[in-house]
Amino acid sequence: MAAQIAKKSTSNTSTYAGLGVFLMLPSWAVIGFFLVLPVGMMLIYSFLTKEFRGGVIWEFSLNAYDQFFFDRGLFGDAPPVIEWTYINIFWRSIWQAGVATFFSLLIGFPTAWFIATRTGPNKSVWLFLITIPYWVNLLIRTISMKFLIRDTGPLNEWLLSLGVISEPIHIINTSFAVQLGLFYSYLPFMVLPIYASVERYNFAYSEVAADLYASRRATLTKIIIPIVKPGIIAGCILVFVPSLGAFLAPDLLGGAKNFMIGSLIEEQFKGNAGNWPFGAAVSMILLSMVLVVLTFYARQQAKEGAR
Amino acid sequence: MSEIAVDILNMTKRYGSFVALRDVCLSIKDNEFFTLLGPSGCGKTTLLRTIAGFEAISEGAIKLYGEDIADLPPNKRPVNTVFQQYALFPHMNVRANVIFGLQRLGQDETTARARVDEVLDMVQLMEFADRLPAQLSGGQQQRVALARALAPKPKVLLLDEPLSALDLKLRQSVRQELQQIQQTTGITFVFVTHDQEEALTMSDRIAVIADGQVQQVGSARDIYEAPQNRFVADFIGETNLIDVAVSSVSGGYATCVLPGGDVQFTCPAAAGAVVGHGHLSVRPERVSLVKPQDGLLRGVTTRQVYLGTDMSVDVRLEGGKIITLRLQNSEETHIPEIGDPVGLNFETGTARLLED
Amino acid sequence: MARKLDIRHFPGFLPITYLCLFLLYAPLIIVMIYSFNDSNSITIWGGASLRWYGEVFWGVESAKFKAAALNSITIAVMAATTATTIATLAATAMLKAGRFRGKSVSFALINLPLMVPEIVTAVATLIFFSAIGFTTGYLTILVAHIVFCIPFAYLPIAARMQGIEDVYEQVALDLYATRFQAFRLILLPLMAPGIISGFLLAFIISLDDFIITNFVKGAGIETLPTAIFGAVKQGIKPNIMAISTLLLLVSVVFVTLSYLVGRMGQNKK
Repeated sequence: MAAQIAKKSTSNTSTYAGLGVFLMLPSWAVIGFFLVLPVGMMLIYSFLTKEFRGGVIWEFSLNAYDQFFFDRGLFGDAPPVIEWTYINIFWRSIWQAGVATFFSLLIGFPTAWFIATRTGPNKSVWLFLITIPYWVNLLIRTISMKFLIRDTGPLNEWLLSLGVISEPIHIINTSFAVQLGLFYSYLPFMVLPIYASVERYNFAYSEVAADLYASRRATLTKIIIPIVKPGIIAGCILVFVPSLGAFLAPDLLGGAKNFMIGSLIEEQFKGNAGNWPFGAAVSMILLSMVLVVLTFYARQQAKEGAR
Repeated sequence: MSEIAVDILNMTKRYGSFVALRDVCLSIKDNEFFTLLGPSGCGKTTLLRTIAGFEAISEGAIKLYGEDIADLPPNKRPVNTVFQQYALFPHMNVRANVIFGLQRLGQDETTARARVDEVLDMVQLMEFADRLPAQLSGGQQQRVALARALAPKPKVLLLDEPLSALDLKLRQSVRQELQQIQQTTGITFVFVTHDQEEALTMSDRIAVIADGQVQQVGSARDIYEAPQNRFVADFIGETNLIDVAVSSVSGGYATCVLPGGDVQFTCPAAAGAVVGHGHLSVRPERVSLVKPQDGLLRGVTTRQVYLGTDMSVDVRLEGGKIITLRLQNSEETHIPEIGDPVGLNFETGTARLLED
Repeated sequence: MARKLDIRHFPGFLPITYLCLFLLYAPLIIVMIYSFNDSNSITIWGGASLRWYGEVFWGVESAKFKAAALNSITIAVMAATTATTIATLAATAMLKAGRFRGKSVSFALINLPLMVPEIVTAVATLIFFSAIGFTTGYLTILVAHIVFCIPFAYLPIAARMQGIEDVYEQVALDLYATRFQAFRLILLPLMAPGIISGFLLAFIISLDDFIITNFVKGAGIETLPTAIFGAVKQGIKPNIMAISTLLLLVSVVFVTLSYLVGRMGQNKK
């Protein structure tokens, strides 16, 4: 009951009670005007008619979505069949993002566990080492990766000179290169939330499990993973969502054959060849997918919180 | 009669549907060391915070020397608080902490500095004036918090369990110091504690609070020797509560019959005591051992505990009720063995029939 | 033997952690090494030299990169300053102002720039500026940067503010301070490490942004990342590696500073 009182009294006695709206006003104004409104505008644009030199004509049209889902032939008069081009790009994006997420988890979980079980100042040093690459320019990191894995790049040079391989491995411009790039871009996002979960994990559970004859493996799969699951889900979402809309990794590492959603969108706004309503529609579809994932996540969190 | 410093009239404080304080009426006199005593969660800190202005009241009124202050924000109320965790501003040295309130009141620099020196001298911290809070011991921090709250010469000083973070030895010396400062400054102190010893030793008057209600107000002697109800009797010191039949109540006295017995006697009664059934409070040190046939009550010794200066003895009455008594630990005292049948006696004038 | 008894230990986790760090750092370190390559080719090692750093500062393309760097820095400073101010006020509202209308929505709103995929934000912002007839350029980059810097500034500021108990400001109010004085004299100084940390992170985020900037920059203006991207499209040249190394060091320095400032604040408490 004391906790209940304390909790309630803080909300009652807040120093700046009554000023909340006033203090919040700049955030509402800036994000509302320059993000929420633009997204609304984008939704409207996706229902407009394209102008041939970029931009739009203010005339309602479902062409953008129609173009995404249906093929009506070269002149638009053939009976509609399902257009696979764009759906396949989405599928490929989901697959690539999924593979990157899977490998991030495979590497990220043991790393997070290892760091969280360090003691003393070592722990924050390890954590800091994981964090730094995230703050390094994503473009520069992607360029570094491109440089490293090129056919004539240092990786191939060394493997050749060491005699491990007899001719260069072709990595660049493959879907593996994109997966590698995504994995490399967002790996720290996997480690940090899992780390936070493991930090809160009570090791007495492991002791109880061991005491009740559980092997390490059983302890890991039956006790630890279920308990730190919220962190694992958070990590997966933090890797999957930005991977899905990534532009740099597929563009710089994947080449023309490994087009992903990001590149598809970018192309619609580049120069005169673009199609703004179509670009807006593809962005809306991507945004809806992300919102579905985030809603799932929010509900999961709420469920965990309610426990 | 002296002037009333803080007058709380029918005050209720709710958080949603939860009632933290119910219909509280209290009059704290000018120049008084007044203590709010109660278990944790009873509402005593909330009561203090309504006086300070950190909690808005739901009903009733709070007056400070006759002026209604219920709607004033804390920075407009001439009362200051010593917080439980001290909350010294960590980025300011001792002097800057103490002068803070004086500056906000717009005092000129020279007067303010002189006042800071005065209060730092009072709490014997002159030589620590330039230190940061982190460089002080717990006891020193506590005194800085006191000096900071005293510096603006508040009409009432509120103290929220200020000694609870100190160790036992230090606590005892700070108690005396606080009492002395209260007497020399003449400021009304309202002191919150859950420690009954602290309350009994320091206060002019004590308000015992439980479940958001004032249970009893009185001097230390009043509340110990003339508890109003079961909660007060039980919370302050130890007591034996015995079920009795009450045949009459009048003029502060009641006529009772002990259980299983035919013994009828008259004892002091609390204001709310009623005819019928009641609880009699008898302090352990007021009970004496006699031969079985001479006792008001009879039973068998079930336990004895050595407490240094005293012995505590438990006696089980015929109905199963346990009565505890305190015997002085001296050569002459006869300590019964476990299993011995004994008789118990008490002076009826020291027992008290409680409000039911 | 001790390891066998340690329930926290899982065999193989240490090598995986090393692998993780290796994967994260190897590409960066290799680029750093090759930035000192004296050779004209980016693949053949021709001895160590500072030649390409000279090229960055005084070479043919230096004017272009210097102008881009200047844009990046001025935008980052302004965007981070504005975002930090907005985020500080927002954190005060969220953590120190009790309940108010729209509070639950506000939290989602502040984090919205993190949730919307960058490419979508980029598209939406471009469409918005075009729809209201605003010419894309320096100003549109700045506005877009302020928006996505807000949540990054907010995180360390809110984390810090959560650690500051209400009681300090209550003491100030008790000692006759107005609410504005309590904010200025007590909360802000105590918040300083969080605010500096938030500023530095926002600065880095602004400096690093490519996707959104690329969409809203318009013709004729470049920031460092867009200039680098443009150059890389024509193939990786050694001077790009030198610039990358410099930018990488700037990021590391700023993040380290932010980390140290945050820790310093904690120790003081």
